[in-house]
Amino acid sequence: MKKIVILGAGTGGTIMANRLFKNLPKKEWEITIIDNDPIHYYQPGFLFIPFGTYKKSDVVKPKAKFLPKGVNFLLKKIDRVDAPNSKVYLESGEEIGYDYLVITTGTHIKPDETPGLNDGLWRKKIFDIYSMDGSLALHEFFKNWEGGTLVSSIAEMPFKCPVAPLEFVFLADAYFTKRGMRDKVKIVYTTPLSGAFTKPKCTLVLGDLLKEKNIEVVTDFYVERIDNETQTVHSFDGREVKFDVLSFVPVNMGADYIAKSGLGDDMNYIPTNKHTLQSEKYENVFVLGDTSNIPTSKAGAVVHFASEILTENMLAIFKGEQPTAKFDGHANCFIETGFGKAALIDFNYDVEPLPGVYPMPVIGPMSLLKPTRINHFGKLAFRWIYWNLLLKGRDLPVSTHMSMKGKKNI
Amino acid sequence: MAEKVYLGKTISVTDEGYLTDASQWTKEIALEIAKEEGLTLTDKHFAVIDYIRERVLKGEALTIRSIGKSGVIDTKGFYELFPGAPLKKATKIAGVAKPVSCV
Repeated sequence: MKKIVILGAGTGGTIMANRLFKNLPKKEWEITIIDNDPIHYYQPGFLFIPFGTYKKSDVVKPKAKFLPKGVNFLLKKIDRVDAPNSKVYLESGEEIGYDYLVITTGTHIKPDETPGLNDGLWRKKIFDIYSMDGSLALHEFFKNWEGGTLVSSIAEMPFKCPVAPLEFVFLADAYFTKRGMRDKVKIVYTTPLSGAFTKPKCTLVLGDLLKEKNIEVVTDFYVERIDNETQTVHSFDGREVKFDVLSFVPVNMGADYIAKSGLGDDMNYIPTNKHTLQSEKYENVFVLGDTSNIPTSKAGAVVHFASEILTENMLAIFKGEQPTAKFDGHANCFIETGFGKAALIDFNYDVEPLPGVYPMPVIGPMSLLKPTRINHFGKLAFRWIYWNLLLKGRDLPVSTHMSMKGKKNI
Repeated sequence: MAEKVYLGKTISVTDEGYLTDASQWTKEIALEIAKEEGLTLTDKHFAVIDYIRERVLKGEALTIRSIGKSGVIDTKGFYELFPGAPLKKATKIAGVAKPVSCV
């Protein structure tokens, strides 16, 4: 029996468990997946919770439901990986040997990394939209809020789903407009980047949208600390932004056991071959998704595209062949822009988001880099696709590699 | 691809002015690039620049955080030496590629 161990049963781990189980003879392969949380969160849904669009029951389901019956699911906490000896140690003291390891334990918020963040106002006037508790607490706060300054801040790049804080301010604009109190709410968006987004053409489009919606943007703002008494965010270059309520993206880092295992960089991300998705250091270790250091967005759509490449490469290696499938960094994100519309961006390592239609040339039906109603329905429909097709490793009707079809170069 | 003349030498740079070949860099060129950024370099600046060149030439990725924890300088000090956008300015002066931490 050969053994595959998958660390993490989130989006990436669940897809890989399904794909590998389906493609490998059961008599020869034993697959084990390890995670310490029994609940699978539909993370893109957290964004909608503060505004009452989704409630908790819309975004949680048991992890076990999405894993094949023939895969061992261990609800245990990982202590460390001994990669040179191909062993995983659990906090309970057990040790598990493997022939091949897939690491897919994601990226996590670290509120303690920013002075003043995890202090008196945390979850009272300072919230995050990257956890169930944070989103729910912000929903409660918004219900009774009478207005003031709403600030959305980002601690540091990179972070999970780089469009989420932008979507948050767009949705907040719509939410307070509908409640008839937009004139009482000032919305400020601070970012360590020099513009609204990481890619130039997308920044132009989103920058215009922010202006149109009367959202103030503060760029090159690298957060030093938060003063709870004066309710101010301070940057390293001495600027200050005052808030009445703050939605904050804390520093993101890979899981702690990665540091303990000596596998990661200074952010606990694992150096990974950006094309083959193999660890740079250990041949029998593969890294999928947010926990790798590959230069593309940390997002579920990326994980889904990358999982197809990784499956192909792992199957090749099992046959003694070279891993020849190459991941292109394909990312594809809906950007909610409020009032029932969304924009869509599609890009990879080399090509930045361009306007056009997606996924089919001329027909679309979705439009790239432009807010439309159909895109918004696409985003809402995606929740169904996620639970019913994507996690189970089924193929979706979009190509794994980014395609230039339907795109217009500007 | 663009070109720039520093101290009589033609150097190839990106459209944003980053050197495309780190081996063309000299301390004298650093002083010239710094001048364009409105900075006068001191030994403290060069300690950071040397650290950046060493890490980048090893193929490692840089972030403001990693420089702030390097022991060479803390984040606050890094901002004081290269005001505004320290990592962008420092890498440009150090003659290495613009960091791609932005995705």
